[in-house]
Amino acid sequence: MRVRILVSFKESVLDPQGQTVKNALLTLGYSSVKDVRQGKVFEIEFDGISDEDARRIVPEIANKVLANPIIEKFAWEILGEAKQV
Amino acid sequence: MKFGVVVFPGSNCDHDTYYVLKDVLGQETVLLWHKDHELKGVDCVVLPGGFSYGDYLRSGAIARFSPLMREVREHAERGGLVLGICNGFQVLLELGLLPGAMLRNKNLKFLCQFVHLRVDNPATPFTRLARRGQVLRIPIAHFDGNYFAPPESLAELEEQDQIVLRYADENGELTGETNVNGSTAAVAGLISRRGNVMGMMPHPERASESALGSGDGRLIFESLIRS
Amino acid sequence: MIDPKVLSDHNLTAEEYEKITALIGREPNLTELGIFSLMWSEHCSYKSSKAFLSRLPTSGKRVIQGPGENAGIIDIGDGQAVVFKIESHNHPSLIEPFQGAATGVGGILRDIFTMGARPIALLDSLRFGPLESPKNRAIMDGVVAGISSYGNSIGVPTVGGEVYFHEVYSRNPLVNVFCLGLVEKTKIFFARAEGPGNPVLYVGSKTGRDGIHGATMASAEFGQETEHKRPNVQVGDPFKEKLLLEACLEVMEKGLIVGIQDMGAAGLTCSTTEMPAKSGTGISINLDLVPQREDGMTPYEIMLSESQERMLIVAGKENVAEVRKIFAKWDLDAVPIGEVTARKNLKVSFRGETVIDVPVDAVVNLCPVYRRPARKPASLRSAQTLTLPSPPKDLSSVVLKLAASPTIADKEWVFRQYDHMVQTNTVLLPGADAAVLRIKGRKKGLAVTLDGNALYCSLDPRTGGAIAVAEACRNLACVGAVPLGVTNCLNFGNPEKPEVMWQFKEVIEGLAEACRTFEIPVTGGNVSFYNDTEGLSIHPTPVLGVVGLIDDLAKLVGPGFREEGAVVVLFGETIEELGGSEYLRAVHGLEKGRPPGIDLKKERAVQDLCREAIREGLLRSAHDLSEGGLAVCAAECCLFGSSGTGCVLDFDDEMRPDAWLFSETQSRILVSVAGRDLPRLKELAEERNTPVKTVGRTGGTELIIRQNEREIVRLPVETLHEAWKKAIPRAFSV
Repeated sequence: MRVRILVSFKESVLDPQGQTVKNALLTLGYSSVKDVRQGKVFEIEFDGISDEDARRIVPEIANKVLANPIIEKFAWEILGEAKQV
Repeated sequence: MKFGVVVFPGSNCDHDTYYVLKDVLGQETVLLWHKDHELKGVDCVVLPGGFSYGDYLRSGAIARFSPLMREVREHAERGGLVLGICNGFQVLLELGLLPGAMLRNKNLKFLCQFVHLRVDNPATPFTRLARRGQVLRIPIAHFDGNYFAPPESLAELEEQDQIVLRYADENGELTGETNVNGSTAAVAGLISRRGNVMGMMPHPERASESALGSGDGRLIFESLIRS
Repeated sequence: MIDPKVLSDHNLTAEEYEKITALIGREPNLTELGIFSLMWSEHCSYKSSKAFLSRLPTSGKRVIQGPGENAGIIDIGDGQAVVFKIESHNHPSLIEPFQGAATGVGGILRDIFTMGARPIALLDSLRFGPLESPKNRAIMDGVVAGISSYGNSIGVPTVGGEVYFHEVYSRNPLVNVFCLGLVEKTKIFFARAEGPGNPVLYVGSKTGRDGIHGATMASAEFGQETEHKRPNVQVGDPFKEKLLLEACLEVMEKGLIVGIQDMGAAGLTCSTTEMPAKSGTGISINLDLVPQREDGMTPYEIMLSESQERMLIVAGKENVAEVRKIFAKWDLDAVPIGEVTARKNLKVSFRGETVIDVPVDAVVNLCPVYRRPARKPASLRSAQTLTLPSPPKDLSSVVLKLAASPTIADKEWVFRQYDHMVQTNTVLLPGADAAVLRIKGRKKGLAVTLDGNALYCSLDPRTGGAIAVAEACRNLACVGAVPLGVTNCLNFGNPEKPEVMWQFKEVIEGLAEACRTFEIPVTGGNVSFYNDTEGLSIHPTPVLGVVGLIDDLAKLVGPGFREEGAVVVLFGETIEELGGSEYLRAVHGLEKGRPPGIDLKKERAVQDLCREAIREGLLRSAHDLSEGGLAVCAAECCLFGSSGTGCVLDFDDEMRPDAWLFSETQSRILVSVAGRDLPRLKELAEERNTPVKTVGRTGGTELIIRQNEREIVRLPVETLHEAWKKAIPRAFSV
């Protein structure tokens, strides 16, 4: 099973990278851009686990390692079985 | 006082810190390998600067899982002294031994330069030789030194006098410009509630010999030696 | 199979192919052709430059290792030696500035620590196009960030270097990286594959399809399905390299290995042929054993991959287990992939078949050497002809303009992104004439500088070459250092153009003559040809890295004025030499005339005087005169001083005022000295028959320059500081 986890700053935390990208986009004339938040994407491949296992393990991994709960939040989704080449 | 400097894969100020403690200040000092489970009877554990595990996930995020960190945590819980410098400070935050987290510097660039630090709490084992408000000139060198704490924990830090060092100008004034990395409340150094664990972004080991432009960093180590 | 198209894709000529066939006694297969193509490339074989490079002096009593190894080695006494080299990473940095520059740093570090030395300093010479262009800014931003990322992470301080700007570098930025290492003389290692039967170990990162020679992409073999096979940008992993550095130094420290070579550019091919070629042996390896990151790699790809952070080690059988244990401690694999053979071939097997079997000598040493035609450019005569414009009225604003010219302006924007203090040896921070490092536990120190004025070289390559050496040595003299050795990075255009070849030949002559005069050996370096895009070549750009020794660091002086009331003294004479000056370029838009002349004997006398005066403790500051001449030098002396001290300088001469201020006459140093030490300084100068002239005093908060009692420049140091300090950050804040 492949799982994608998105880690990004909490709304209350200033995200200077996101701000920089936003300013660049506005400078380029994309005036409809309202806000940009930058984050990190992790794709994890698991061997032989059920959806239920995933619901237990993924948040644990995300909380413990991938995200720093003081400043970051995460979201995740199951991508499917096939290994993309 | 016996010091132990922890070596993580990717530490790069380990030998600099060891050199100052052992050769410049003449203290008994040992290197502690991160994979061991042995503190070798040290009084003070120093987590040095560098890029532990490349800092590829978040600064200090992987180092916190090193085997030796179990002993370091126990040492801290027993009231033992722990000093985290730069990456070591980041590791202490990730370990939860100090509150808060580090963000990228506000200008999104690595910053290596001398800064002025105002000592706001001289009543700690790390600053006992300083006067309140004394200004120290010590360099920083980091990418992620922009300290963040949520408002409620910040209020507590202020209340408990846990903010030991702040980025200031040479007269000890806090200005927007001197807060080079954008830290909340200009935090440069922080101490635990109990007063035995300190983290600081500036590098005292780089300012412990006049040949290198400043001897102000010795105050931190010498305070510890007097503890 | 090997048709003209395949040959041209591999940058080999029909004659070269014939020679390969003759050398191996048969037609090569495609993988073997790839091997020759790589090793006979200009980059690896120096086929166009070899004949001329032999003009450079390479020996001296302190030389432990001259050209031909990963890096040069010079004895510094007390059982220690310095290992150093400069290398270009120009093309990769154009394609991907961040990774190009980062992997450049990674490569030069490996060159140093493969010799057993711990890297103690990095410097970079960077050349970009003007910062008005967003593209140039993006390149500079990426290059600086790449250097910063790699050097900072691995914990080697980037202590200095230079940054120049010129239109010719818009399409060909130059990224030349230099590294200095320190080693105990008894612990030096070389790239040797001695002792047939000794195992060959592969250590470090796994092999992927990184940066596979551009030739593969176009070659018939890969045809259609190339999308995911096209050469990838090499990505650096400084964390892995830090582990590799510690592990390699540990096995070398313990004397567990026979020889070691880096597998950066030209990868496995280069190490498995050069090591045995130097030892009169061969190597046999099995590619199935090579750790691979991607599936389905062909022998061609594995052999030509430029994946970073890899090394090839030859060790005695009895030590293999211990070597593997040490690498495991650092979380690295050390995998035996073959052995040294008495038969002098590189023999490579893959899935049970022999895919390469060629004599290593043919690959490494028998590449044809070319003496390509050289012709003086027809345009040179008109470029050298200069009609001077009349001097501007307001010379103060000219000084201000020059201080804000990016080439002269403060480079703090760059340097503060580099960790220049880690390892706690940096005594003189970036920005000074030379970087100065202490050696822990000793009185002495090391000084390093990078220098080269390309505009001079384009107007008169021979003189430009000589000045590059002279100026680099003068930088060292200003901190009291004796130059010990040189490494050079020669950046030129396409050598198949006779004009470029002529420039190359002339620059080498200039370098050679100057090195002989200063008695400093060239211990290695790098030639980077083909720096042209759309037919436009860069200026001939030799960059010199010179390492010097300071006897007593306690006597060190910096470039900045230290206090009020010191006497300002100018070493050397000033003549009207505005050709090729930064003043003409930045203020009048002229890149014309002859560059300043250079009398190497006089130059040496001035440098000796400066060193002697520092040794006797007579000087308070010393700064060499270069781009921008006296006015810029004096301004910098004010700016580098911590106190913002100004100065008042007086001259009585009828020369045109702009020539006084901005002439770039060589062999000059501006110093400050306490009044009581002036007589002794004059005595020393007389002994050396070197003109010195008292020109003013430090003090006040302004830079004031008078000619025949008429004030021609008056600028508050604060105003200068603002212009100088903010020029580069301002360019980036657009």
